[in-house]
Amino acid sequence: MYNFNYQKATSRDDAISARSSADDGSYLAGGMTLIPTLKQRLAKPSDVIDLAAIDDLAGITDDGGAITIGAMTTHAAVANSDVVASKIPALAALAGHIGDPQVRNRGTIGGSIANNDPAADYPAGCVGLNATIITNKREISADDFFTDLFETVLEDGELITAVSFPVADKAAYAKFPNPASRYAIVGVMVAQTGGETRAAVTGASQSGVYRAADIEAALGDGLDAAAAKAVKVSADGLNSDIHASAEYRAHLISIMASRAATAAG
Amino acid sequence: MSETGIGAAVRRVEDKRFLTGRGKYIDDIDQRGQLYAWMLRSPHAHARINGVDTATASQAPGVVAIFTGADMAADEVGGIPCAWQIHNKDGSPMHEPPHPPLAVDKVRHVGDQVAVVIAETKAQARDAAELIAVDYDVLPAAIDMDLALADNASLVHDDVPNNLCFDWEIGDKDATEAAFAKADHVVSIDIVNNRLIPNAMEPRAAIAQYEPSNGNYTLHTTTQNPHVIRLLMGAFVLQIPEHKLRIIAPDVGGGFGSKIFHYAEEAILTWASAKVPQPIKWTAERSESFITDAHGRDHETHAELAMDKGGNFLGLRVSTKANIGAYLSTFGAAVPTYLHGTLMAGVYTTPAIYCEVKTVFTNTVPVDAYRGAGRPECTYLLERLVTKAAREIGMDPVEIRQKNMIQPDQFPYQTPVALEYDVGNYPASLDTALQASDYAGFEKRRAESESNDKRRGIGISTYIEACGIAPSAVAGALGARAGLYESAQVRVHPTGSVTVYTGSHSHGQGHETTFAQLVSESFGIPIEQVEIKHGDTGEVQFGMGTYGSRSIAVGGPAILKACNKIIDKATKIVAHILEASESDIEFKDGKFTVSGTDREMAFAEVSLAAYVPHNYPIEELEPGLDENAFYDPLNFSYPAGCHICEVEIDPETGDVDITNFTAVDDVGRVINPMIVEGQVHGGLAQGIGQALLEGCVYDDSGQLLTGSYMDYTMPRADNLPNLNVGTQSVLGASNPLEVKGVGEVGAIGSPPAVINAILDALAPLGVDDISMPATSAKVWQAIQNA
Repeated sequence: MYNFNYQKATSRDDAISARSSADDGSYLAGGMTLIPTLKQRLAKPSDVIDLAAIDDLAGITDDGGAITIGAMTTHAAVANSDVVASKIPALAALAGHIGDPQVRNRGTIGGSIANNDPAADYPAGCVGLNATIITNKREISADDFFTDLFETVLEDGELITAVSFPVADKAAYAKFPNPASRYAIVGVMVAQTGGETRAAVTGASQSGVYRAADIEAALGDGLDAAAAKAVKVSADGLNSDIHASAEYRAHLISIMASRAATAAG
Repeated sequence: MSETGIGAAVRRVEDKRFLTGRGKYIDDIDQRGQLYAWMLRSPHAHARINGVDTATASQAPGVVAIFTGADMAADEVGGIPCAWQIHNKDGSPMHEPPHPPLAVDKVRHVGDQVAVVIAETKAQARDAAELIAVDYDVLPAAIDMDLALADNASLVHDDVPNNLCFDWEIGDKDATEAAFAKADHVVSIDIVNNRLIPNAMEPRAAIAQYEPSNGNYTLHTTTQNPHVIRLLMGAFVLQIPEHKLRIIAPDVGGGFGSKIFHYAEEAILTWASAKVPQPIKWTAERSESFITDAHGRDHETHAELAMDKGGNFLGLRVSTKANIGAYLSTFGAAVPTYLHGTLMAGVYTTPAIYCEVKTVFTNTVPVDAYRGAGRPECTYLLERLVTKAAREIGMDPVEIRQKNMIQPDQFPYQTPVALEYDVGNYPASLDTALQASDYAGFEKRRAESESNDKRRGIGISTYIEACGIAPSAVAGALGARAGLYESAQVRVHPTGSVTVYTGSHSHGQGHETTFAQLVSESFGIPIEQVEIKHGDTGEVQFGMGTYGSRSIAVGGPAILKACNKIIDKATKIVAHILEASESDIEFKDGKFTVSGTDREMAFAEVSLAAYVPHNYPIEELEPGLDENAFYDPLNFSYPAGCHICEVEIDPETGDVDITNFTAVDDVGRVINPMIVEGQVHGGLAQGIGQALLEGCVYDDSGQLLTGSYMDYTMPRADNLPNLNVGTQSVLGASNPLEVKGVGEVGAIGSPPAVINAILDALAPLGVDDISMPATSAKVWQAIQNA
């Protein structure tokens, strides 16, 4: 770890101000990616602005037709939330299978989506459930938010404050985890919200989370699991690494989509 | 018998401190005036060093000193030695290229140390290391063994042609050829034993300290064998006489073999501590562990089994390439040879065996012993081959084993590859495991799985291992440069409590409990009266340490021998005090009794008499009750057993679920059944990890692709089934405790059981081979390719 200025923000404004006055500042949410990166000296921010002490960034609220989750809410809090479990059980299940217990008790939804790891679970959750990402400046549709590997539309210093998930009619997330990291080799969120069917895929594509149009077409209004399984997904543009070939990932997209559809009922 | 004696499931006494965070590991220790070292390591697998410029770094804040290979060479520091010399087929000795602690002219693997920065804080040392400018000429790397052996290969060591460290053989080649000539069936297999990264929970660490007033050195280091480090480093590297060098290995958090070896950092720190002269601490980062702890396994083997019409084994021919990495590590040369080739009979009566091993230098981390060390490689090969043979000739895998097994009445059994098995009952272990795993009910379970679109398979491994390493004369004849006895000192205190000093070292095995149980049994005293000390050459007599499942098999009898000397002496004291003949004194349950009388003395009364010798046979007996013993084993010990694995595979994803795992192990006499079970569990976790999860991957340029837990899959609790383990023991015949050793059986026996089960499940789909680790991706691909 290189030396940096540690700042513990006590309010949103405090955090935004600290970030804007820093030469090369970085927000610290749960730190599940940032801290290991710092320890390996792969990043050298001038300032690390800790968001943990900002009271109103964490928490889950039931807005009737949607659930709003504060950016600093941990995965464990989402996984164990009665509200989430009753309204969008697929989201609680997704959060409950991120990483390991240590990660789930430190990692946050805001940190995860701001980082946009191409194998993270939440991006698929956000896109599949048609979430809205709320920042200090604006509200952004999940469809527009994730742009490329580790890239989002967030502007420099822009702070995610919450994520709002409309309550889905049906939804389930199926994940085939990387055996080592437990990130997704392929994860698919299948959801039907307000009559729209979505299948959002994480882990597979070279450009991060995406909606699989061919799978969505196959699923149709009835979430046809057999039809999803029958889709021959192209391996073009999919990741290939020591854990899984592009062909294996392509195959798993159909399988996971099919299993998610079955689970979503 | 004492309630805490042999056979009692005593809770581990050391766990109180481990579980309450009061263990004392090296990183918990700080010395006054302590400095910190950071190793500058090569980012290249292979490069010539044109120069190392430390000028700017030397001026960095907090820096006390920076040393390079040139500095150590100028001081005539020796190279890191190899403790075992292997000879080629033609009788010439293996190549032993120099291994300078800090690289001098070349770096030979990613992680090879180039310079050490010593500073007031670890962060300062690391900051300064980034300011060192190393002028490298990057060279092509030799990574793949076949490419490394080729004539145009880049040479890891300029004076080792074809990167061939040695070309060794064992067995009778002519007899084996003759066996193949008359065979009705020949079954062959090409097999890879995947390279593993050890991953002890505690990374390696050291603190070196030099005392200028008397010239004494103290090195705290995470080792499994402190005296071996003292001998190797003192005599061969730094020329420090043993009375001036103290090695302390306090609580050590796991080793699995990787902490046997003398590592360069130990020599660098010890040497530098006199230069500075202040204590210097170094603690490996986890990332450094991945690229500097000696790796394990990494064999490629072609083998053939010759059989007659009835499936009787006639001959076995084995040709192995073993990766030794960039340098010869301490036991690197012994692992693929005498710990591998000598086990090729397995549990079978194969009459003719020939095994040859080419050992290859590559630009990778040195490869050395890792839990099992050579024996898992051999077992995996044999048990895969035997199962394949059964399939090819249409015989049940149980029947082919039963047909070819050494029978209980054939012991001692001389194998064609040097070892003489002392005792065993392999058919019994197999039968018990078949019962325990409900082998007979398998087809019903298979049908149930298939009705759920799953594939089910069952796999058997009937293994043997040679451990309790080793009779010194035998080891010496085979090239060992050390004896392999063990030592013990049993010091009875005046009021009857006992301190035992053992040359074995505990880094998770539970010696403080198991060894205390031996003493408890011997003296009839509770283990609360016994303290086990180990790990400090300043207080323990010379010992050989812990590896090769030798602690109970070699270290145990040494303690027993010293205890018996105590009892002999105590008997003389009692005879004097009770005015009886020695031959009339009986010792039982902690009491010395004159036979046929009510005259008796408790153990503590005798010890008090020994230290307060008022009424004492002083003319013929020294006061005190304190005995030393060295025990050199008569033979290896031979644990054996049967592991049966049952898997259910999801053919859609390739996911393998181990539904049942049964291990029936013959470990000889069991001292503490709870510790034995724990050892088997741990070994099985590592064996199943090797079979399904763990695989070290280098790219062609020698960069480690599995350099963290993001990519290197350690087994976790949810990867393992509920393990069904049990022992079925035939008492050991080669040591007075009748023990065999248990530390490695799980890791040795289990991998082929897992892979055989997977292949059994996939055979109907046409899959006939899969390599370890059998990840979901690999299983799915095999199904696609079939």
